[in-house]
Amino acid sequence: MTTAIPPVLLEVQGLVKHFPLKKDPLGRGGGVVRAVDGVSFQVREGETLGVVGESGCGKSTTARLLMQLIEPTAGEVVFDGLAVGGRDLSLKAFRRQVQMVFQDSYASLNPRLTIEDSVAFAPQVHGVAKREAVERARDLLARVGLQPARFAERYPHELSGGQRQRVNIARALALQPRLVLLDEAVSALDKSVEAQVLNLLLDLKDAFGLTYVFISHDLGVVRYMSDRVMVMYLGQVVEIGASEALFEAPLHPYTRALLSSVPSMDPDHRTEQPALSGDPPNPINPPSGCRFHTRCPQAEAVCAQRVPTLGVGQATHAVACLMHEPGSGHSAARALEAAA
Amino acid sequence: MSFVDIQNLHVTFTGGRKPVQAVSGVDLRVQRGEVVALIGESGSGKSVTLRSLLRLHDERRTTISGRIQVGDQDVLALSPGALADFRGKVGSMIFQEPLLALDPVYPVGAQITEAIRRHERVSASEARQRALALFERVRIPSPERRLDAYPHEMSGGMRQRAMIALALACRPQLLLADEPTTALDATVQIQILLLLRELQREFGLSVVFVTHDIGAAVEVADRIAVMYAGRIVEEGPVATLIRAPRHPYTMALLRSRAHGALAKTADGSRPRLETIAGAPPDLSALPPGCAFAERCSLATPACHETRPPVVALSPQHTARCLRTEATSAQALA
Repeated sequence: MTTAIPPVLLEVQGLVKHFPLKKDPLGRGGGVVRAVDGVSFQVREGETLGVVGESGCGKSTTARLLMQLIEPTAGEVVFDGLAVGGRDLSLKAFRRQVQMVFQDSYASLNPRLTIEDSVAFAPQVHGVAKREAVERARDLLARVGLQPARFAERYPHELSGGQRQRVNIARALALQPRLVLLDEAVSALDKSVEAQVLNLLLDLKDAFGLTYVFISHDLGVVRYMSDRVMVMYLGQVVEIGASEALFEAPLHPYTRALLSSVPSMDPDHRTEQPALSGDPPNPINPPSGCRFHTRCPQAEAVCAQRVPTLGVGQATHAVACLMHEPGSGHSAARALEAAA
Repeated sequence: MSFVDIQNLHVTFTGGRKPVQAVSGVDLRVQRGEVVALIGESGSGKSVTLRSLLRLHDERRTTISGRIQVGDQDVLALSPGALADFRGKVGSMIFQEPLLALDPVYPVGAQITEAIRRHERVSASEARQRALALFERVRIPSPERRLDAYPHEMSGGMRQRAMIALALACRPQLLLADEPTTALDATVQIQILLLLRELQREFGLSVVFVTHDIGAAVEVADRIAVMYAGRIVEEGPVATLIRAPRHPYTMALLRSRAHGALAKTADGSRPRLETIAGAPPDLSALPPGCAFAERCSLATPACHETRPPVVALSPQHTARCLRTEATSAQALA
């Protein structure tokens, strides 16, 4: 570990994505799904940022917005100091440097291409000669543990899930990207295969100097992979901080609930009480104030009215919770002030 | 006597080009009021074993042999009418995806009353009262209103609660759960696991719980049976299996978990995860010996040739392995 702080590679500011809902024939309904609602964060060169949250929290939408697969409603993505899609960084140039690996290894490969052709496809689109692209593809297949002599000519359906995900990783690396978005990339794999792919991802990160955004609902895997972790709830970031700090001393009540929902693995001390009751609310009409207040064990009246801001607390560990916000009116915040 | 007794179960799917031996020789007993978790990776035969208990496989494309006894009934010998009486009344099942398992065109309450009235002579209003009581029992908020809701109008956690209510509608003695929490979010998963545990105790149910998540199994089960390539390779009480596993596959499975305990070392680097090399065998061409031998670091030539017998390690702990004397030395770190 070097002491110099690496430069910021990716910066996201005020990212918003609202999906409009169809109106019924009488003109009722409409409205929007607030999938991502004001998300800002940074990723530094060479680090792994883990993103966790439950379904509907906007983690995958965030990834697709980063990749520019969908248009943001508002907000800005800055890559290496340049605004994406602006004059200095065209979409094509951006996508050469940022690649994505999806959860469904089968759906994300073209079934009519051999895996060698799949991996060699993108470099050719970006102007690499066919022979060179194929050579690069074979190198990469070897790197991800698929012997080209045995596998290069195979089609996706002839491979197992773990092997296909290795192909997807090789394909993502074919353009020599700097940032790789891994959206539940190991979630569909069996545990023993998952461990193989996680090891591979760590090796490739070292070998190619990659930066990862690692999205997963599996907290154990995120903790293992990430330097920093961002926790999302209903389209917003509720807590972000260094992985160990966040897992050892979570500040947001939602993060705490999420961590204590992991099965105990100890038959003598089984979980007795669920940390939360009910399901996450619908992102169409998110609760007022703090969006977590409807399920929060420590919520007070003020939580339904006042929107907490992220960024209070230590610079390396930020939380969006009125309990940690001086002057918010929450009794826990007043107690903090009195103690200070 | 055990309430569920499976002996030498073989299930072969014959619909494809080559017959697939999904289950090859499973023996499993479940006592009254006992929870047994079947764990294993995809293709290990855990769900196939579970579904055989209600004979849910397409009989034209499946060959089943062996014996399945539930209570005093021989499941594989039941006539179609007796099988329909058996399903739901003696044994019922909760599936992974309630949106697929529930009928989309009827309100959930109607599906429950239909099930009750199929098995018992009760009036419609009485059946509805029972459905309401079940909804209250599984803690569905505003149960009266939700009885008239369609499955798509409910959230994932609520649908799974509704399916549990449906499964318990005719007071079965055997509850079969096929990955019931896999499709749910973490904070909802633990709620459903605790609800299942609570209902199991209250009704004294025998439960067979299929999952790939060891953590979920530890939360609910009394015993765990680990499956690999269609066979149970190790079986024992939860605490024994988690703390002192003796089959190399179980040991490797537990070690490969990217769990918090394995997180970074002091200098900030990550220890590599232990992995199981290779992939599970092709079920249409199983090797003659131990199916795990090819991936096992302890395998000897004998492992590749002979199918290992069941070794009793203690009265309740068994493993199908020729090398159990070698695994006793390797305590799980």
